[in-house]
Amino acid sequence: MKPEAVYFFGTCVVDLFFPEAGLAGIELLRREGVRVIFPRGQTCCAQPAFNCGHHAEARAVARVQIALFPRDLPVVVPSGSCAGMMRHHYPELFAGEPDEAAAIAFAGRVVELTQFLVNVLGVRLTDRGGPETVTWHSSCHGLREMGLEAEPKGLLAQLGNVRVAPLTRERECCGFGGTFSVRYPDISSAMVADKVADVVQSGASVVLSADAACLLNIGGALEKTGAAARPMHLAEFLWERTRER
Amino acid sequence: MSAETGSTDFHASSSKALLDPSLRANFRRAMDGLMAKRAAQFPDPVEWDALRTLAASIRARTLAKLPALLEALEARCTANGIRVHWAETVDDANEIVLGILRARGAARLVKGKSMVSEEMHLNDFLEKNGVESLESDLGEYIIQLDGETPSHIIMPAIHKSRQQIARLFGEKIRGAEYTEDVDALTATARRVLRRKFFEAEAGVSGVNIAVAETGTLVLVENEGNGRMSTHVPPVHIALMGIEKVVEKLEDVAPILTVLTRSATGQPVSTYLNLISGPRGPGEKDGPGEVHLVILDNGRSRIFADQEVAATLRCIRCGACMNYCPVYTRVGGHAYEAVYPGPIGSILTPQTEGLAKRHDLPHASSLCHACVEVCPVKIPITQILVTLRKESAHASPEFLVKGAGGGRDRLEDLAWWGWRMAHVSPLLYKAMSLGLRVFGPLLKGGAGPLKAWTQARTMPRRAPRTLHDLASEKGLPDA
Ligand code: SF4
Repeated sequence: MKPEAVYFFGTCVVDLFFPEAGLAGIELLRREGVRVIFPRGQTCCAQPAFNCGHHAEARAVARVQIALFPRDLPVVVPSGSCAGMMRHHYPELFAGEPDEAAAIAFAGRVVELTQFLVNVLGVRLTDRGGPETVTWHSSCHGLREMGLEAEPKGLLAQLGNVRVAPLTRERECCGFGGTFSVRYPDISSAMVADKVADVVQSGASVVLSADAACLLNIGGALEKTGAAARPMHLAEFLWERTRER
Repeated sequence: MSAETGSTDFHASSSKALLDPSLRANFRRAMDGLMAKRAAQFPDPVEWDALRTLAASIRARTLAKLPALLEALEARCTANGIRVHWAETVDDANEIVLGILRARGAARLVKGKSMVSEEMHLNDFLEKNGVESLESDLGEYIIQLDGETPSHIIMPAIHKSRQQIARLFGEKIRGAEYTEDVDALTATARRVLRRKFFEAEAGVSGVNIAVAETGTLVLVENEGNGRMSTHVPPVHIALMGIEKVVEKLEDVAPILTVLTRSATGQPVSTYLNLISGPRGPGEKDGPGEVHLVILDNGRSRIFADQEVAATLRCIRCGACMNYCPVYTRVGGHAYEAVYPGPIGSILTPQTEGLAKRHDLPHASSLCHACVEVCPVKIPITQILVTLRKESAHASPEFLVKGAGGGRDRLEDLAWWGWRMAHVSPLLYKAMSLGLRVFGPLLKGGAGPLKAWTQARTMPRRAPRTLHDLASEKGLPDA
C-alpha cells in the first residue's frame, strides 16, 4: 500500500559527494505522489565505525539518526549498503541496550530506494532520453545483504533507449570496503583497477550503481586513468531520463 | 592506519604478492575455474538453500554437543580397536605421532593430505627427528619437493604453473625428463610414490568427518593416495581437529554432498574411505594398527566463545577463498598462515591471538561473497567485524585470545572525532563546510589520503550538499 509520506535518509556520501543523486531519488518518489520528509539533522548511518569494530561510536551516531525518524513511516535510503546497515545491523548494534526496541522498530521501516520504487510504488517509467549504453555494478551489500538485483535491473529494463552492457564480473567487489581501501591500498587499488578495466571493455559510457560509495571509488579510478566512462547513481540516471522538461 | 606490531604482516606480504603478475594471473585463472565448476553444481537456488541449511544445522547441532560426542567417539573407536590420543597443542600432537613411530621403529612415512598436519608442521618436526615423511597427494608432493607450504587448503600447489612444476620435477626427481605434459608429470609422481607406499612403515592421513555413533573415520580424496596411505603401511595414524566429529552416520551424506560440490565442483569424490578399525582376523588387507590423534590447538577456546563459535562449523571446502576478491589477488602465501582466505582470516587470529594477527580481520572488504557460498552458513563477515571489535578494545567480556591487541590510540582518537562530527548536526555542517573550503587544498599527500589517491582522484565535495538542496526545495524537516 502506498504511504502518504516517507522519510528520506540521504546518507553522508550522497550528501557530500552525490547530492544530485539524492535529490533525484526524492523527485522519483514525489512524482508518484508521495510526500518526502527530509529530517535536517541526519548525518551518517554509522557503518564506517561499525565495520571497524568501534561499536560505541557507531551506536552514538545511530542513536541520533533513529531519533530523527520517529513516525511510523518508511525510511527510504538511496544506498543498499547504508540500508543494509540500518536494517540488518542496528538490531545487532543495540542488542541489550535500553533502546533496543526502538532500534528494531526503526530497522523494520528501512527500505532501499529502488526496492521501494518497484515493490511498494510499482513505478512505470517513460524513457525520454536518446540511445545510450550503460553498465551496472551490483554493489556487494545491496546485492548480498538487501537482495538488490531484480529491482534496479527491472527499472533499467523499462528504459527503451538504454542498452545495458553487462560487466564480465558484475558481482565482484570494486575494492572500496570503507577503511579497507586505506588500510590495504595496494589490494584495493588492484581490485578497482580490474573493475575499471571491466567497465572500459563493456563499452558503456556510464557505470551505474545504487551505492554512491562504490561510485566514489570506481569514479575516482576512472578519472585517474582518464577513462571516458562516468559514474552515476541509478536514481539520478532514471530521473534525468524520465523527467518532463 | 593501525600500527603494526605483530611479527607477521599481511600488509607487506600482500603488497609483495601483488607485484607478481604471473602469480595473480595463475590465481585468477584457477579461481575462475573453481567458481564455474562449483556454480554448475548448484544451479537451483532453492535446492542450494535447502542443502546448506541442512548441512549448517547438522554442524551446529554437532557443535552444541561437542564434548559428549567426543567422548562417544573415543569410546566407539576404542571398541573398534582404534587407539585414541588427545593432543592439547601441536607440540603434544607431534610427540604423540613420534612416540607411535618410535615404538615401532618406523623411520619412513607416507602422508595423505591433512590440514591438521600442516598446523602441526609435522613434516619438519619428523625430519628433525630422523623420520622421512613423504606427501603422497600430488599437490602436496609438488610443494614438498619445492620446500613450500600450501597456498590453498584444497589445491595446495595452485600457485604453480605447469611450466614451474615441469622444471621442478626435472631438477628434483632422479630420472625425470623435462616435460609439460600433465599425464607424463603425473606418471612420474606416481612412479616415485608407488614404491614409497610399499616401503613405508606408517601412513598418516587427515579426517574429513568422524562419526561418534559408529567410530568411523570418513576420508574423501580423488587420487587414491589416501586409500594407499591408510591401507598399505602396517600402521595408520589419522589426525583430526576436535570439531570434525558428527553424531550419526546419517549426518555424513548431507555434509559430503556440499563438501565435494563446493570444493571441486564434483557431485562425489573419486574415493570415499570409511575407516572403522584395524585389519580384523581373516581380513586380507588394512593396517594392523589404527591411531586417531584428536587435536585441540585453540579450538576449545573458540568453542567456548559464543561470538565466534560458528567458526568451528567449517568443513574446509575452500569455497570462501575461491570466491574471495582479496585471496584471488594475493594468493594463499601472503596470509603467512596455515589457513588462508576468509576462513583463515577468522580462524588464524583466534588461534594465534589478536595481538599477533590483528592485521587479518581487516584483510577484507566485507563484500560477503564468502558468506554467500559457505555451505555451512558461517557468518564470516560478522565474525570479522567481531574480531575487529575485540582487537580494538580490551574488555573482560571479550574472550578471543589477545583481545585489545590491535588497539591504536591514534585510531581511537580518529573515531572519537568521527563520532563528534556525526552526532551533532552543527558539527557535521562545520565538517561539511570545512571539506568544501579546505578539501581542494588537500593534495592527497599523507596517510589515508595518499592511500586513496594511489589509484583514484581526490573526491570533491559538491558545491551544494543534499541538505542544501532539500532546503532549497522546501522539503519538510519532520
Ligand atoms: S568457511 Fe565455509 S566456505 Fe570457507 S572453507 Fe569453511 S566451510 Fe568452506
